Amino acid sequence: MATAWAPKAVLPSHLPKTPISPRRQSSSKLLIPTCHIHLKTLNRSTSRRPLLTPLAAAADADLASPEPITAFHGLCYVLGNNIDTDQIIPAEHLTLVPSKPDEYRKLGSLALVGLPADSYPVPFVDPGETTTRFSVIIGGDNFGCGSSREHAPVAIGASGARVVVAESYARIFFRNCVATGEVYPLETEEIGMWKECTTGDIVTVDLPGNRLINHTKGKEYKLKPIGDAGPVIEAGGIFAYARKTGMIASTGATAP
Amino acid sequence: MEASHIQATGSALFGKKGRSIPCSSPSIVAHRCRNQSFSKILAVMAPSRSPQRPTSTTGSVKHAMTMTEKILARASEKTKLEPGENIWVNVDVLMTHDVCGPGTIGIFKREFGENAKVWDREKIVIIPDHYIFTRDERANRNVDILRDFCLEQNIKYFYDIKDLGNFKANPDYKGVCHVALAQEGHCRPGEVLLGTDSHTCNAGAFGQFASGIGNTDAGFVMGTGKLLLKVPPTLRFIMDGEMPSFLLAKDLILQIIGEISVAGATYKSMEFVGSTVESLSMEERMTLCNMVVEAGGKNGVVPADETTFNYLEDKTSVEYQPMYSDENARFVHDYKFDVSKLEPLVAKPHSPDNRALARECRDVKIDRVYIGSCTGGKTEDFMAAAKIFLASGNKVKVPTFLVPATQKVWMDLYGLPVPGSGGKTCSQIFENAGCDTPTSPSCGACLGGPRDTYARMNEPQVCVSTTNRNFPGRMGHKEGQIYLASPYTAAASALTGFVTDPREFLQ
Repeated sequence: MATAWAPKAVLPSHLPKTPISPRRQSSSKLLIPTCHIHLKTLNRSTSRRPLLTPLAAAADADLASPEPITAFHGLCYVLGNNIDTDQIIPAEHLTLVPSKPDEYRKLGSLALVGLPADSYPVPFVDPGETTTRFSVIIGGDNFGCGSSREHAPVAIGASGARVVVAESYARIFFRNCVATGEVYPLETEEIGMWKECTTGDIVTVDLPGNRLINHTKGKEYKLKPIGDAGPVIEAGGIFAYARKTGMIASTGATAP
Repeated sequence: MEASHIQATGSALFGKKGRSIPCSSPSIVAHRCRNQSFSKILAVMAPSRSPQRPTSTTGSVKHAMTMTEKILARASEKTKLEPGENIWVNVDVLMTHDVCGPGTIGIFKREFGENAKVWDREKIVIIPDHYIFTRDERANRNVDILRDFCLEQNIKYFYDIKDLGNFKANPDYKGVCHVALAQEGHCRPGEVLLGTDSHTCNAGAFGQFASGIGNTDAGFVMGTGKLLLKVPPTLRFIMDGEMPSFLLAKDLILQIIGEISVAGATYKSMEFVGSTVESLSMEERMTLCNMVVEAGGKNGVVPADETTFNYLEDKTSVEYQPMYSDENARFVHDYKFDVSKLEPLVAKPHSPDNRALARECRDVKIDRVYIGSCTGGKTEDFMAAAKIFLASGNKVKVPTFLVPATQKVWMDLYGLPVPGSGGKTCSQIFENAGCDTPTSPSCGACLGGPRDTYARMNEPQVCVSTTNRNFPGRMGHKEGQIYLASPYTAAASALTGFVTDPREFLQ
């Protein structure tokens, strides 16, 4: 499914010279953007995204276990300060229930449809498409302010973008990103980063390296480590994490 | 944040260096301590509590805590805790509605099993209120999903609606969840209330910890009755001075949000104290706490007192234990306001912190007025609007939409006499003023909703509204311009067709 998120043009010359993941042999294998290099175990209904095969499987034959997600690469979509949940997913679409697979997908197609067209002339999801060609959302302060609607991070995740890099987050939105495992809400300390990036720039978000590289502009930015939220999102949200770490029993059993 | 604090007597409420901080508006004495030199915590000695406070909350305190910290300590069965700690909290009440309920239920069943039972059928309150009076099939289906679940789980509190054509034909139906929670006695001092709605903080007016969560967190609570929460530090807002006759709690909270911005209270608790707060009714305290989330706040609290106890007397028989901040409790910042010097405000498009004096927006022509929502659609909000229409005696110049929050509010509009009117009801006054007939109670157009929602803004118009948010597209049209205001200001604006300071009708 990774090819579904292929941007219009990704040229090998834009790839960084240094390997993104220390375990990679060759970074030139990174032709497919939004490289989710990790095999996610599905133990429940298909409302979650489909399996993604590790890109490194071909290159690293000795790789027995799945790699954790280490990088996101592709086009970025740039937003400003105080992007509220009504802009991320307008209230009229909240009749869609995120836990129903077809409605989950519909939410993805509607991500960021509330943005005023004069400020954001490039649509996040192209008309007629159900997923976005952008891999990384860049924002300013107080990203996700407003409502507690979980539809907001779900719409972003369902659209195919799994990373937001912003200067700060509203707390309910941040919490919902982690609880659902839909979006990595990363923070940058570099105030004004969004002003230096342009929608369509090719970027790499390097998780273990805590940095965002804007290849188009030739600049690198420091990110705050995702910390405890990282393993939760990687596991697929709080329930999956709680099961994985033995905090709660497997699906189907009653809660402790 | 943890730092030494000073004990100050009543008058010495200024910075450590003993000087007041100059403000842009001379009518406000706002005590800011955001500068580096004021980065230390300033604790103001809390006014001495009335002797009626239960003794279990007094006594020697080795570790001083704020009200929010104490509530969370009790809920997590700890004797003490500090801001920043992650704790497992026992939840007293979980609320959900028609927009987030189905998703929450879906997650609950997926994670705990199709045949799983909720943790406590009496602690979950399910309130359809958002998209009710619409032909949208999915919206209607979502209420059906709630009903099926409530039947299956034997949920005790489900405020159902089946006859969409006549809300009065539904004896269980209430309306807006936050107002219904209060009116039905689900809000109690000292408890933890979580809801799948950002304005759940509304209930902090009762001296409890009340906060909004998403579907996944709510699904978790549904199965376990617990949630992992981080203890927030507290910002304290001290409001003293006699409340002017033209001011309402909405003006106070707009003042605060304008002061600290939409992210000024992110991850923090907001505690409202002072003589002005003590003089507010429960509904006014709810308006204050309702918009805590608009400043990014995690929760808001007002200490419980006689006003609270009186309100609760006929609504709940469940025992509760109010909590109060210790005298040595540490607050991140104190903000002090002399309310007698404040003026009616609006929040201009497109942010709740875009504060302006109502009188300075006198040249803004408007197209419509909306009076409703959990923030501004309670009985007292309508009474306030009626007072303005009564004082004027004239008719409104723009369409004026009235959306009572709940069935009880609707009945009050038609049943209660408005003081000073010679026995007229709100509904009569509204009719005389040419307002729209009060409509079926629900969240209505506060958040736009399905296209056929009553009073939804489907054209790019200018609206003065008693609601809580004015981000682009909030009430429907992306180019709509929303001025948030108190019911006084909204009514005054309806009468002139421009944004209007209510003093034009009240003095």
